[in-house]
Amino acid sequence: MAPRLLELADELRGEGLAIGTSELLDAFAALREVSWTSQADFREALGATLAKSQEDRRVLDLVFDRFFFRAVEREAVRQGVSELDRPYEGTGPDGIDLGTLRERIRQAIQAGSDSEMRDLARLAIVAFGRQGEGSGVIGVDVQRIRRTLGLRTERGTQPDPDEVPREQLQRFERHVRRELERQQVERTQSLPPSRPLREFDRALPSNPAQDLAAVHRVVAQLKRRLATQGREQRGRKRGAAVDVRRTMRTSLQTGGVPLELRYRPRRPRRPELYVLCDVSTSVTSSSVFFLSVLHALHDQFRKLRSFVFVERISEVTDVFERERNFADVSRAIATDAGVADVSGYTDYGRVWLEFLERVVDDLDPRSTVIVLGDARTNGRDAKAKVFGTVAERAGRTFWMNPEPRLYWNYGDSVMAAYEPFCDGVFECWTTRQLEAFVDALAAVRISTA
Amino acid sequence: MADFTSIESTRERLGEVGYLADEPASLVSFLAGRLGKPVLVEGPAGVGKTELAKALSRATGRPLIRLQCYEGLDEAKALYEWNYRKQLLRIQTEAADTGWEEVKDDIFGEEFLLSRPLLKAIKSEEPVVLLIDEIDKTDQEFEAMLLEVLSDFQISIPELGPVYARTQPLVLLTSNNSRELTEALKRRCLYLWLDYPDAERELEIVRLHAPELDEHVARKLVEVVHMVRALDLKKPPSIAESIDWARALLVLGAEDVDSAVLEKTMSIIVKHRTDLDLVAERVGVKLGADALFGATRTAG
Repeated sequence: MAPRLLELADELRGEGLAIGTSELLDAFAALREVSWTSQADFREALGATLAKSQEDRRVLDLVFDRFFFRAVEREAVRQGVSELDRPYEGTGPDGIDLGTLRERIRQAIQAGSDSEMRDLARLAIVAFGRQGEGSGVIGVDVQRIRRTLGLRTERGTQPDPDEVPREQLQRFERHVRRELERQQVERTQSLPPSRPLREFDRALPSNPAQDLAAVHRVVAQLKRRLATQGREQRGRKRGAAVDVRRTMRTSLQTGGVPLELRYRPRRPRRPELYVLCDVSTSVTSSSVFFLSVLHALHDQFRKLRSFVFVERISEVTDVFERERNFADVSRAIATDAGVADVSGYTDYGRVWLEFLERVVDDLDPRSTVIVLGDARTNGRDAKAKVFGTVAERAGRTFWMNPEPRLYWNYGDSVMAAYEPFCDGVFECWTTRQLEAFVDALAAVRISTA
Repeated sequence: MADFTSIESTRERLGEVGYLADEPASLVSFLAGRLGKPVLVEGPAGVGKTELAKALSRATGRPLIRLQCYEGLDEAKALYEWNYRKQLLRIQTEAADTGWEEVKDDIFGEEFLLSRPLLKAIKSEEPVVLLIDEIDKTDQEFEAMLLEVLSDFQISIPELGPVYARTQPLVLLTSNNSRELTEALKRRCLYLWLDYPDAERELEIVRLHAPELDEHVARKLVEVVHMVRALDLKKPPSIAESIDWARALLVLGAEDVDSAVLEKTMSIIVKHRTDLDLVAERVGVKLGADALFGATRTAG
């Protein structure tokens, strides 16, 4: 069993858990104390010793399932065990009625019983397969089965008997996926390569108020990064400029021979932030996230000016300074920022012109410009040159795009036109990605004036 | 009383002293005693993290030593301090011709040492339960200092040399996750995440703490609490608050949890102005509608 456990630890490390030798020793010590045959105890013992936060625990649970599922399947393939020729009990000669099945699945999901969900997942696959719509791609099939069964997640406040809790539905979908994988393994007699966990799966279920707290935590980290960066460089003398005047003065002690070089001290840079945030309809889903980032930034930085834009740009610095409550801030911005003019579509070109006009005198190499937007111009002139002027005048320019990199430059997205002017472009719609941005920020070398 | 012998007995004995532990909690408590490792307990406020330590102390018959953390907590308050007033007195009462060496050896003795919780736990003759509460409130320097205590159960006092633990203390650290703890600290601990219990277990807990409350009312209460937790609140109600609520309903002699009762007593479980409005709007209306149509909702 020990080698198996080491393999599991390896996979966990691959998913980003920090598991050292001491954790593994703890795990083995713990497993000496609990019975190996009870799966719940076994898993809890590993959880207590290997996973050191709630997020880690979530990942551990997912990897644990995947790992042992694969281990069992590998063994089954090796020994040539197959279930394909045995019909699954419960399916009559002419199959099960789709309507009854739908009802039973909904009940099982609401009750949250795992074993029943697993059985019903197999039935659903059988029923679905008979319709002859299987695409062969597991992800697509899962979605089709879900649609065929008419399963929807809860939305809004009105109770609707057709809806099921989202978390439970995800669990059911995992069962369906697993069963499809099992069948695929049986058909092909080989294991597919293991894939890393999807971002969607590993994210903990949470609610907006707590998300806001998470964003605040990351931004606090961002501030520390920006502050310590300057200090780090001050300590290092390499590349520093010689202060001729002070060197000459010191040389007086040694009879005018400049034995000791004096360097000009480096001043830590006080970040001056300009944040531009797209609040148009094309980024509705992420604008709450962006606004919470802005909100958190205002908590941390004093030299910060924030702007929101759609067709025109509007400065909202004072709104954030006046209102401490996030809900109030978003309401104030939604009602009286006055950024949507006629069409309600983003006009990046015009935004750059207006922005440049307003802040041209304030921008200097010490300032950092951060743009939060999807770079979708709705076919209007991108005016990349104007953006270039902004980027040139500012010390650093970063772009955070709420769309996956795959979608950039498709349709009316003109990310490629702006990208060359930025010091860094990032996809960013989760706190994890925001953290990645903070990390990357530390890596980008600052050119001091 | 002796230490725990199995997971089952851990759970039973915790139950006997009034703490209904779930699977993970009893397993980790059992492991903590067996492996001699500290336990880091995290979870939302009010799910019984501190209570677990108290229950462990009751169940094992060990005395509880508690260190409440706060910002700016330092070694003098957590480990030990020299009783300098007593030292001064000692020096003053000394005859003039006693040598300095002699006095020095004397005033840095155990007699002049003020033990703070951590040293007390280490020095204790009998095994103890050490609770380091809300470790996330302290700063990182303090955490670093804890490492020596937690991994080797020893404290180094420069003037006296290291003090070793005579018995293995059972150590619990609690955190509300207000900041990320250092890897080094986590590495030395077993990890336990305590979450809000499911409806059945919470019902048991409420009935344990308010046994006179009518079964029907208790069930309804737990249902409402779960409904409230599902809303997006600044501070969802904790177990402690549902117990408080149960006791309040008992005092008020409420026979049912309907929208009128909720409106009057809501402030026991929800403590923010904006949250109160939200609960009144969502849950209150729902309860009102339920009463109107005579709908009965089952738990879960």
